[in-house]
Amino acid sequence: MSPATPPRARRIALDREPTLAEDRHRSPLGHPIDELRVAPPSGAAPPAAASVSASRRNGLQDRPSIPPATVTERMAIEAVSLAYGEKWVVREVSLPVRQGEVLALIGASGSGKTTLLRSLNRLTEITAGATRAGRIALDGQEIESMEVNELRRRVSMVFQQPNPFPMSIFENVAYALREEHAPGRRRRRRSRRELEPEVIDALRRAGLYEEVAADLDHPALRLSGGQQQRLCIARALAVKPEVLLLDEPCSALDPISTATIEQLIVGLRSDVAIVIVTHNLQQAMRVADHVAFMHLGELVEYGTSAQMFDSPRNQRTRDYVGGAFG
Amino acid sequence: MLGALSVSVLAFIALMAVTVFAKAWPSFAHNGIKWFFPGGDVDQQLGAIIQGPKDPAHYNYYLRAWPLIWDTIMTTGLAVAIALVVSVLAAVFIVELAPTSVRRTIDPVVRLLAAVPSVVYGLIGILAIAPWLERAFISEQRKHSVHEVVQLTGSNLTLAVLILALMITPIMVAIVVGALETVPRSWTEGSAALGVNRWRTMWRVSLRTVRPAILGAIVLATARALGEAIMLSMVGGSRAFPVNPLDGTTFLFEPVRPLAATIIVYIDGISVVPLEQTLYAMAAVLLVSCAFLSLAAWAVKQPMKKYGIRT
Amino acid sequence: MAGEPHVLPSPAAVRKARPRDSVGSWPLIDRVAFGLCWTVGIGLCVAAAAIIVFMFVKGIAYVRPSLLIESPQAGASEATSGGFLDPLVGTLLLTASGTAIAAPLGVATAVWLSEYARPAALARAVESGVETIAGSPSVVLAIFGLFVFSRPFLAFLSQTSAGGSVFGRSFLTAGAIMAMLALPLIVGATREGLAQVPGHVREASYALGKSKITTIRKVLLPSVRPNIAGGVTLAMGRIVGDTAIVVILLGATLHLEGAGGPPILSTLRGTGATLTSYVKYNSPAGEGNAPEKAYAAAFVLLIMVLALNALVTRLTSGREGRSDRFLAWAWLPNWRSR
Repeated sequence: MSPATPPRARRIALDREPTLAEDRHRSPLGHPIDELRVAPPSGAAPPAAASVSASRRNGLQDRPSIPPATVTERMAIEAVSLAYGEKWVVREVSLPVRQGEVLALIGASGSGKTTLLRSLNRLTEITAGATRAGRIALDGQEIESMEVNELRRRVSMVFQQPNPFPMSIFENVAYALREEHAPGRRRRRRSRRELEPEVIDALRRAGLYEEVAADLDHPALRLSGGQQQRLCIARALAVKPEVLLLDEPCSALDPISTATIEQLIVGLRSDVAIVIVTHNLQQAMRVADHVAFMHLGELVEYGTSAQMFDSPRNQRTRDYVGGAFG
Repeated sequence: MLGALSVSVLAFIALMAVTVFAKAWPSFAHNGIKWFFPGGDVDQQLGAIIQGPKDPAHYNYYLRAWPLIWDTIMTTGLAVAIALVVSVLAAVFIVELAPTSVRRTIDPVVRLLAAVPSVVYGLIGILAIAPWLERAFISEQRKHSVHEVVQLTGSNLTLAVLILALMITPIMVAIVVGALETVPRSWTEGSAALGVNRWRTMWRVSLRTVRPAILGAIVLATARALGEAIMLSMVGGSRAFPVNPLDGTTFLFEPVRPLAATIIVYIDGISVVPLEQTLYAMAAVLLVSCAFLSLAAWAVKQPMKKYGIRT
Repeated sequence: MAGEPHVLPSPAAVRKARPRDSVGSWPLIDRVAFGLCWTVGIGLCVAAAAIIVFMFVKGIAYVRPSLLIESPQAGASEATSGGFLDPLVGTLLLTASGTAIAAPLGVATAVWLSEYARPAALARAVESGVETIAGSPSVVLAIFGLFVFSRPFLAFLSQTSAGGSVFGRSFLTAGAIMAMLALPLIVGATREGLAQVPGHVREASYALGKSKITTIRKVLLPSVRPNIAGGVTLAMGRIVGDTAIVVILLGATLHLEGAGGPPILSTLRGTGATLTSYVKYNSPAGEGNAPEKAYAAAFVLLIMVLALNALVTRLTSGREGRSDRFLAWAWLPNWRSR
């Protein structure tokens, strides 16, 4: 490399790195999903996962915390194809989404990565004429058969442009909390005092609490861009989702805010499964554990971050990572 | 030159305001604050004004216009309240819930309801609906219970309020739908992504955001309702009677005559000077009410700006 | 993906009709709101259909072509003979005069507000003024008009009775006040059109050395012709449908009574009736008590108004956003300019 090129991006390091019980270098393509299931190191994880799902369905808040250094599969994307109108934009993609790690979807514009992300919480249904083939499972249950709003409380999304509501900070974070209800039953009216601990917890997890603790009634739209995006993350985390989807969350932000949010993302991965779409390769290098490279709707290659960036197997991956196109 | 023409608009309004208040003054001066109080039969009083002395020094101005004011408040208030609820629900339906085919039908429907002339509404009301109302709801006992005071017919408060509400609904629907369509998609999408159903998203985000527009719609609709003269004169009934809620359900069937309708009904007597001035007094009350409405709406919109709601 | 390209079935084959979200699992209060929204939406459609169907049924029952060409006949035979030619002509005459006065004034005001607007405070005042007129009750405008046109120096617009008092009621005077009614609509439509003309069009014209007035006349106004036409048609619809001003300012005679003098001027200075006042006259609320005639005239009136509104759609389709069209139908001045 010539001296003029910038130094390679380094992974954001945390104290604990997640461990996978399975072989990292096996591509999931063409292999049955079962092979990817991680054997839990202690007996606690799958029963905990099952009881989390059950308790979620009853609308309760408590859930046992998962030991940080384990990785559990949360969502399974199996041969999913998506179309808008008559054109397939995603073609037969299979991926695992695991709690304890960050999955990055990279690729050029039009590769279908955002569409794939939006199908994970059925947001594609908002657009008329969207079709889906294949199976997406959350904790083993096909998301199509779930009630859509319950799904979206378990799989939260943060968008590219920060979109806080025109309300106060507190009301933004408490927004989804006020809407929780068991299917078909009435909502419980929750007072501010009741909601405050959860709001503060979410703001803490999003790394925003220190900055706004003084006045939680401050209008959300008056925050800076980076703060607004962290507020959106806090809002998404307030309902304690199992999966967090991030659609290029830093593309509208300055570098300092970007760095803060990337730290945040890596720190959150032990609690929530994270899928991040990014067109910024260096960002993927910094935050991701596994990377999936998509091109024109197809999954070209999937592997660990180290392997994808150091020694990609596919020529097209090599071209993309090397900057030949984008 | 263009500027001069444009300013002529201002001149018109200024002239109108000055004229109305100047000509209204004698009526207010002679009655004082009691102009607004109850006290007797308005129709009789207006008749007396017309028949009164022709000598300027002895003009009769006696009027206790409370029945008219109360009728105006009741018809306008009830009509706007009904129209508000109906319009907001209809706007939510149009923007969010209606399938495309239904949406394509409902656009022309709203346009149609806005376009029908008020006299046609009045005709349908008085010829088709009033007899039905009379048959269905006004029994002999009901008539008898108030017969010393007033005669009940099919032309009454209910008919006036219903048709007035139907007339002002399209205005409000148009404004609210226009405003709802400007709510940024990022907010509605964000709300959906948080697992909030369509109705709740509408209620907590979209409708909350368009509160200024809803206020504006209320103001416009109220101004329209205040100014509606012809239709109300046709379907309101035969007398200027202050509808009495204490009469129980019968109050729904008592005749009404709001201010604007009164002006139209008595317009033939305008050559009689004291009556002319009395009618101008009523017009002045209407003008002041409309102005006050606009001011109130502006004042209420100010605090909303704080949270980033565009007013 | 290595190897052969995989052929996927067409999306249409895979697509199943799926509901967007399960309303059944919403809380009860949300389901009630959902049901209410649907009820109201369908209810409005039903109400509109009922009005149309009812008027058509009654209209077709009572309208005969002869009605359109015969003059009304006052008196006992009113209910069974005579037509409404005079009111029909009256409507057309009044609409024409109202629009003729409002259009130049409205376009001029809109152009001034859009292209000049100096001093700013004056411009805001004029804007508020137009909105105030839009919000004023038409009865108030009408009685003010009566006062103004009863002044001796405006006697030429109407007739003067033998006792020397100016009548103040004629097509001209009613037309003038109708113009006030129409003004906000034309101003709003024209301003909307002018706002949509991109800035570089004006700049290009100035760069070629054209003065502002020439630019307006040769470049801007031609490009907003559809908007002006739409506004004018909207205004016509409004004028056709108004009754209060007619009742107060048109003299309430069943026939067109000229004022004497040259033919057209005589009619314009004279009194008459319009379809709207004719309907009121023949309804139980008026003296005529000929409901069949009222229905027939109302039917013709409705057809006219609907035709005018359809014309507005044709004229403004594609030029404005959908929400603006929606607003226009409620005869509102440009709401967005606030």
